[in-house]
Amino acid sequence: MQCSEFHNRADGCRRAPETAAGKKAALPRLPGFRLTTALLLLCGAVLGPTAMAATPQAGGTLRVALDGDPQCVDPQQPGNNTALNIGRQITDSLTDQDPKTGAIVPWLATRWKVEDDSRSFTFVLREGVTFADGSPLDADAVRANLEGIVKLGARSSLGSTYLAGLDRVDTPDAHTVVIRFKDANAQFLQATSTMSLGLLSKATLAKSPEERCQGQVVGSGPFVLQSFVHNQAVKLKRRDDYAWGSSLAAHPGRAWLDGIEFRVIPESGVRTGSLVSRQIDVNTSVLPQDEKVLQAQGLPILARSNPGLVYSLYPQESLPIGGDIAVRRALVKGINRPELQTILSQYQRAATSLLAQTTPLYIDHTADLAYDPEGAIKLLDDAGWKPGADGIRVKNGQRLTIPLEYWQSVTYLELVQQQLRAIGIDLQLKKSVIGQVNAKRDSGQLALQFYNLTRADPDILRTVFLSSGRNVNFRQPAEVDDILARSATTLDTDTRRKLVDQAVTLLLRDGHAIPLVELATVGATGKNVHGLHYEASSRLQFFDTWIEK
Amino acid sequence: MTRPATAYGYLAARLAQAVFVLWAAYTLSFVILYILPSDPISIMLNQGDGLADPAQVAALRAAYHLDQPLPVQYAIALGHALTLDLGNSIQTGQSVAGMLAQAAPATAALALCALVAALVLGVLLALAASNTQTPRLRQLLHSLPSLGVCLPTFWIGLLLLQWLSFGVPLFPAMGNEGWRSLVLPAATLAVPTAATVAQVLLRSLEGVWRQPFIHALRAKGLTRVRLLLGHVLPNAAIPLLTMAGLIMGNLLAGSVVTETVFSREGIGRLAQSAVAVKDIPVVQGVVVLAATVFVLVNLAVDLAYPLLDARITRQRGRALA
Repeated sequence: MQCSEFHNRADGCRRAPETAAGKKAALPRLPGFRLTTALLLLCGAVLGPTAMAATPQAGGTLRVALDGDPQCVDPQQPGNNTALNIGRQITDSLTDQDPKTGAIVPWLATRWKVEDDSRSFTFVLREGVTFADGSPLDADAVRANLEGIVKLGARSSLGSTYLAGLDRVDTPDAHTVVIRFKDANAQFLQATSTMSLGLLSKATLAKSPEERCQGQVVGSGPFVLQSFVHNQAVKLKRRDDYAWGSSLAAHPGRAWLDGIEFRVIPESGVRTGSLVSRQIDVNTSVLPQDEKVLQAQGLPILARSNPGLVYSLYPQESLPIGGDIAVRRALVKGINRPELQTILSQYQRAATSLLAQTTPLYIDHTADLAYDPEGAIKLLDDAGWKPGADGIRVKNGQRLTIPLEYWQSVTYLELVQQQLRAIGIDLQLKKSVIGQVNAKRDSGQLALQFYNLTRADPDILRTVFLSSGRNVNFRQPAEVDDILARSATTLDTDTRRKLVDQAVTLLLRDGHAIPLVELATVGATGKNVHGLHYEASSRLQFFDTWIEK
Repeated sequence: MTRPATAYGYLAARLAQAVFVLWAAYTLSFVILYILPSDPISIMLNQGDGLADPAQVAALRAAYHLDQPLPVQYAIALGHALTLDLGNSIQTGQSVAGMLAQAAPATAALALCALVAALVLGVLLALAASNTQTPRLRQLLHSLPSLGVCLPTFWIGLLLLQWLSFGVPLFPAMGNEGWRSLVLPAATLAVPTAATVAQVLLRSLEGVWRQPFIHALRAKGLTRVRLLLGHVLPNAAIPLLTMAGLIMGNLLAGSVVTETVFSREGIGRLAQSAVAVKDIPVVQGVVVLAATVFVLVNLAVDLAYPLLDARITRQRGRALA
C-alpha cells in the first residue's frame, strides 16, 4: 500500500507502467530493487494501470521557492507555514498523521497508550534513533524537548499551546516516556505528530531561542540544515545514515534527494516564471492569477485544503452590535456561499462548516450555512433594526454598521459586503497590516476578527472558542463550553465526532462564527519532480520526493 | 583671517550640519514607527492567530523595553545608537550592525553598477539629443528622458525578467551569485537614474551652448567636437554633481523594489521586510545607514566644488570673510 500515501497527486504511482516494465530487464537484480518493483506492481494492481510509478531515482538538489523569509528555522518556535515547511524536513516526531484518514500512526514511537481520561500518555520509542550530532534520541531527550517547549513559552506559539497544563514527564526506562497533564488533553496525541513538537538534540536545547532561530538547530530528520541566510536561502543536505522514516513513508532508508535548496522569491510572477523556465523545481505558493499560466504549461499543481478553522468572521460580543444575537444570526444567513465560489480559485472552496473538509471528524454543515436572506431580514426586523433612508438598518438612532479590519490578501470580502448590504447591514472593509490588526485585537477593539487557523485536529474549536480559554468572542459561558470541555476528555472517535458536531452546530446557530471560505495551500512543481505531497496539516513533506533525470 | 581657518570653519559647519541631519532622520523615523498602531512582538510570535499566552507575551515585550513610555524607549535607543550599538532585530535576534554589514556589499555593488550604467547611458543620450539636427529624431530623443523617469522600476524589472530570463535564458531571475545575477537588476535600477541624468544634462548643455564665451571660442575657429569636449561638457556637468546626493537617494530607494523583484540580498530588501514586520531596530539601522551615505555624498560634493570650479571658491571666500 506504499502508494496510497500519495494522496494528493498520486504521481509516485501514476507514471507510465511501460517505464518500469521496460527498464526492468536492464537493471541489476538487487533484492531491494526487486522489492521496489514488486511494490510498484502492487500499486498498479491497487490503483489501476494509469497509476503506475516510474522508479524513484536518488540524487539531485531540489530548488524550492518560498514566498517570504522563514524568519526562524527552529521547528519548535514559529507559526508560519514557510518556516514549518523547512522545519518538517529536519525534525522527526513521535507520531505521524495520515493525511487521508487523520489517523495517528507510528513514527519515532512504535506504540502508545492513552489513559485516565486523556490525561496520561505513554510512548514507547523506536530504538537506534540518533540526532544528526550523534547523540541518542531516547526517553530523556523527549522529556528535555517537552520541558524545553514549555520553557520557550510564547516563543513556541504553537507548541506551548499543545502542552498547556503539562504536569510532568517521567522516563521509567530509556525507551519509555510517560507524559501527564493536569486536565484532560485529548488533542495532545495529534500534537505529537506536528513539527512544533518535533524533537531536537539536547545540545540544541541548550542554545538560546535566537541562536536556534538563526540555524543552530539539530534534529533527527532526513535532512540536516546546512545554511540559512535571511531573505535569501535555506540549504538542507541529506543525512546518509537516516533509517527511521515515518510508517507513512513510501520507502525505507534515507531520502532520495541529495539536498533541498529553499530560495526566498517574494514576487509571485517571478516564482511562476522561474518555474516555467526551470530555474526552480517547486513553487510553494501559487497565487490564483498564476494558476492559468501553470496549467497552460502542463505543470503539476499540488493543492490541499488547510485543515482546522476555515476563514471566518468572529464577532466581538462584548461590543453592542456583536452582542446582539439577531445580528449575528442574520450574518450567518445573509451570506450566499455558493456565490462566493464563483470568484474563488478553483482550488478554494466556499465553507461547508466551521471546520475545513480535511480536518479529522469533519461533518458537513451546509444546511446550517444556507443562504436565507428572508430569514435574516425577519430576524433583524423582529429585533427592531428597521431600514433607514439609504437601506442600511437603524435601531435607536444607531446604524447597523460593522467595521472589518483585516490584513490578509483575499478577494471575496467585497462580495460578502455586497451580499450583506442587500439585507441592510453595512460591512465596512478596512484593509490594514498584520501588526496593526493584532494590536487592535489585543486591546479588544475589533468588532469582527477575520482569520483561519491550520490544525489537523478539531480541538482547535476548544482552543479558540472556550469561554475560559482564548474566548475569541469575549462571550459569557454557555452550553457549548461544556461540550467543548468534554471533547478533550476522549479519543473515542465516535464520541468525539458527536461532541464536535454538537459544538459546531451551537457555534453556528448563535453566530459565534460566520464561516466564509476554506483556505487551500496551492503549490506547483516541474514535470520532473515526483513524490512530493502535503502532510496532514497541509505542509510539504519531501522525504519521498525525487527528481527524474 | 587666513584661508585655512576659513576652510576649517566651513568644514566644521558642514560636519555639524551632517550630525544634525543624522539625528533628525533617526528621531523622525523613531517617532513615525511608534505612532503606527502595531506590535512587533505579536507579529514575531505568530501570523495573526494570537494563541500565545498574554502573560508570556507581556514578558517578551518588557524584555525589548516595549512596555516603557515612548521618551524612555527613545532615550534608551538613542543612547545605544550613540555608542554605535544599533541593537538586535526583534524578529530574528541578530545584531542589526551585523545584518547591515552582511547586506551592504550586495547593495553597494548593485548601486555602483547601476550608477556607472546610468551615467554612461544618460550622458550618451543627452549628447545625442543635443547634437541631433534632424527635427523628428531630435524631438524623439528629447522626449526619452521624461519617459524614462516615468517608468516604474517594478515594471522595468518584470519586463527584463520576462525577456532575458524567462523567455531567453540569458540571466538568472534571482540571487546574488556571480556577475550575471547583477546584470538585470543593475539595468532595472539604471533606467530611471539614466533618465534623470539625461534630463539635467540636456538642459544644462543647451544653456552652456548659448553662453557668450562659447560664441567667442567658436569665432576663434574651434570645431564643434573640441568645443563640446573641452568646454561645454565640463561646464554643463556641474549641475549633475549637485544632484549626486539625489541620485544616491534614488538608487537606494530603487534598490527596495529591485532587490525584491530579483530576490536579491541587500539593504533595500532588508528595509522592506523589516518595515513589514515593524522590526524597529532594523528599520532604524537602515535609516541611519542611508542617512549617513546621503550626508557623506553631499559633504564630498560640497568639498569637491572648489576643486572643479574656481569661481565657487572665490565667492565663498568672499562671503565668509
